[in-house]
Amino acid sequence: MELLGKTNIDFIGQRNISFIISAIISIIGIIGVIQITRGAANMGIDFSGGTSMQVRFSKPVPISEARVALHKNGIAKVDLQEIKDSNKLLVKIDKNTTVALGKAAEAVQVAFKKGFPDNAFTVESSTEIGPSIGEKLRKDTLVAVLISLLGIILYIAWRFDFKFGIGAIAATTHDVLAMFAVFFLLNKEINLLFITAVLTIAGYSLTDTVVVFDRIRENLHKNLKGAMDNIFNASINEVLSRTIITSLTTFIAAASLFFFGGEVIHDFSLALLVGIAVGTYSSVFVASPIVVLLENRALKGAKA
Amino acid sequence: MPKGIGWRISLICIFVLLSFLYLTPTLATKLPSWWGGLLPKDKIHLGLDLQGGTHLVLEVDTQKAVEGSLDIVATDLEDTLTGKNLHFKRISRTGSDKVTLVVYEKGTADAVQKLVKEKYPDYEQSPVFDEGGFVAFNLRINEKDAQDRKDKSVAQALETIRNRIDQFGVSEPVIQREGINHIVVQLPGIKDPQRAIDLIGKTARLEFKMVREDIPPSSTTIPDDAELLKEKTVDPTTGAVNEIPLVLQKKALITGDLLTDAQVRIDSQFNQPYVAIDFSSLGAKLFDQVTAANVGKRFAIVLDNNIYSAPVIRERISGGSAQISGNFTEKTAADLAIVLRAGALPAPVKIIQNETVGPSLGQDSISKGLMAGMIGVLLVIGFMAIYYKLSGLIADFGMVLNILFLMGALAALGATLTLPGIAAIVLLVGMSVDSNVIIFERIREELKLGKSPGAALDAGYDKAFLTVMDSHVTTLITAAVLFQFGTGPVKGFAVSLSLGVIINLFTSLIGTKVIFDMFLHKGTVKKLSI
Repeated sequence: MELLGKTNIDFIGQRNISFIISAIISIIGIIGVIQITRGAANMGIDFSGGTSMQVRFSKPVPISEARVALHKNGIAKVDLQEIKDSNKLLVKIDKNTTVALGKAAEAVQVAFKKGFPDNAFTVESSTEIGPSIGEKLRKDTLVAVLISLLGIILYIAWRFDFKFGIGAIAATTHDVLAMFAVFFLLNKEINLLFITAVLTIAGYSLTDTVVVFDRIRENLHKNLKGAMDNIFNASINEVLSRTIITSLTTFIAAASLFFFGGEVIHDFSLALLVGIAVGTYSSVFVASPIVVLLENRALKGAKA
Repeated sequence: MPKGIGWRISLICIFVLLSFLYLTPTLATKLPSWWGGLLPKDKIHLGLDLQGGTHLVLEVDTQKAVEGSLDIVATDLEDTLTGKNLHFKRISRTGSDKVTLVVYEKGTADAVQKLVKEKYPDYEQSPVFDEGGFVAFNLRINEKDAQDRKDKSVAQALETIRNRIDQFGVSEPVIQREGINHIVVQLPGIKDPQRAIDLIGKTARLEFKMVREDIPPSSTTIPDDAELLKEKTVDPTTGAVNEIPLVLQKKALITGDLLTDAQVRIDSQFNQPYVAIDFSSLGAKLFDQVTAANVGKRFAIVLDNNIYSAPVIRERISGGSAQISGNFTEKTAADLAIVLRAGALPAPVKIIQNETVGPSLGQDSISKGLMAGMIGVLLVIGFMAIYYKLSGLIADFGMVLNILFLMGALAALGATLTLPGIAAIVLLVGMSVDSNVIIFERIREELKLGKSPGAALDAGYDKAFLTVMDSHVTTLITAAVLFQFGTGPVKGFAVSLSLGVIINLFTSLIGTKVIFDMFLHKGTVKKLSI
């Protein structure tokens, strides 16, 4: 079976459109990253410090009533979220609340007991993170991100020549920014699991880029005379089906995590899905056109 | 037969056997009696997010430990000077690193300085200075000793916490030091986390202090040597908290380190639990003296600056045992007995991270993770079989081998499986066929060029090798970094991912190739099902 027969799509010719799309995605991503470093995004408590609880009630509880119950007991700044299809409530309390750390989880339980005396509940999970731990995790994460990016860049630099290296790094950066952009726009929580997904994709998304690049280099060696754009287009078209299928199988696996893996890794799987999809797009529409641009410029320079 | 098929098949068979061997303890509910000796016994551990439990990070307030030892120095100097008949106005800790001694005249100061020099040679003495008309000097703990004291206090706190947890009864707890002043405590499968946290976090400094009945608690001026503390009582029926303030002598007559045992007893008269304590011989002697000298007066039993009870001393108590009664339930009495037996923490601890997962959520995560895994595996297997026919099935076989080897490796390393770890395995299901997709597409191309199945196969594997290698190395780089920096669940993800990537390289380059070689070596195959 073949998904795609012989294709002949002018990918490189579309670069103006794809560059505009990617630029918009990247700018949103950069804004997201800036907001995160400023602490203005929806930060998980593992970075910001605070308390988060998952409570399961025996009967449905409207968010507004839960909020009132918490307010009455002195917990004013609280973020509530319902988990669909179950009577579960996510309670997130900022570290800057009036309730002392270590007491917030208890205070929430007391408030719910008073507010809903005939609705028994169990605390399925609770996490309390002190500000010093949050700060340490933020620092560690930053170091981890920098080291992995550096590692990837060094590997690319060793495997490819300069122009391909630039293309690969641009594509990887683009994928990472796109994940931040989506999570920022959907106001999803930025937590350790999200960063884990980002780093995983940073490593994985290179697969597609490498597949495309290897073919381009192979064809460049065979045929030095053709126009750059044509060689690139032909190469991308030749490997298009495998680029899509490799991503597809991983996408299927991540999708089953997204739909059946439960709420704990729901957002994590979403991040992976976004990353895999964007990674495929970028290997064709970001990495390759950038290399074409650089190659063409080098050629012009050589002629002049 | 092409060369190398033999050893490659044996290698795969050995790995399959080893994987099953290492997985046996995990899969078997009960190991047979002959399973012993060199056979592996380690299971794949489940992370706290899967089996439920509590992960705590405690910060030891090491500064308080230094202050505590300076307080002891101050008390000791008071006693020594009193014993030598040297009169002083005040000896007390000031700030966080020094003891200030104030005496009445220069002559005494010289004698005291000489004495202190002999007794505490490692401390730095300041020149004498004038303090409100009196002669004073400071005794400062040197930096190295202070560091040493801080370091020891964390080690001591760790020991004490370990004792408490052992006595509380948690199976397979993890208690270890992290960094300079952090202690990590993991309590898997704990039922009542709040109770355990209270037990671990309590400083448990037990003191016996005399009640100053000459000063009313409402008094606005409390002298330097006294303090105002509260006795909390909880009404068992209404739950209302009642606080009774009392003024106590600041100096403790007896402290908790003179105890040898503490046990819960039930008062036969009121059916009320209390904690019976036994003193060491020194403690018994002191207790005897104190009670003898203060018959008819009240003394308070104070734990961490809360008064538990303040009974009147009716008679001299010389047996070396006493009882602490208060508003106990059986649980709170049992917990108090545990902390008293295990001893006080050398410095207060603060909980700076507490992650608790209930057993139901853990179970839910396991079943959903497995479900997602099964569905993912089935979908990918189906897709590959349809798209690449027989070759797809060979890739599927490679993927199953992959999962088997990965589970075996996790068991062999005694690694911890977390929910993100399961996610990594599911993700690897998708990634592991990637290499085969790259190889197969190459083979299809070679076939289109008119090569024979055998030649196309070899060319496909050869030319795809570098591409497959590249994609694995970059994933491995990030997985390794995540392993280095991640904690808990993230580390589990990194372990599964990095092991999986390495194993995948083996199965896709050696595992599936050997099957193709076996089919093709007879030379009868005219067409490759791909």
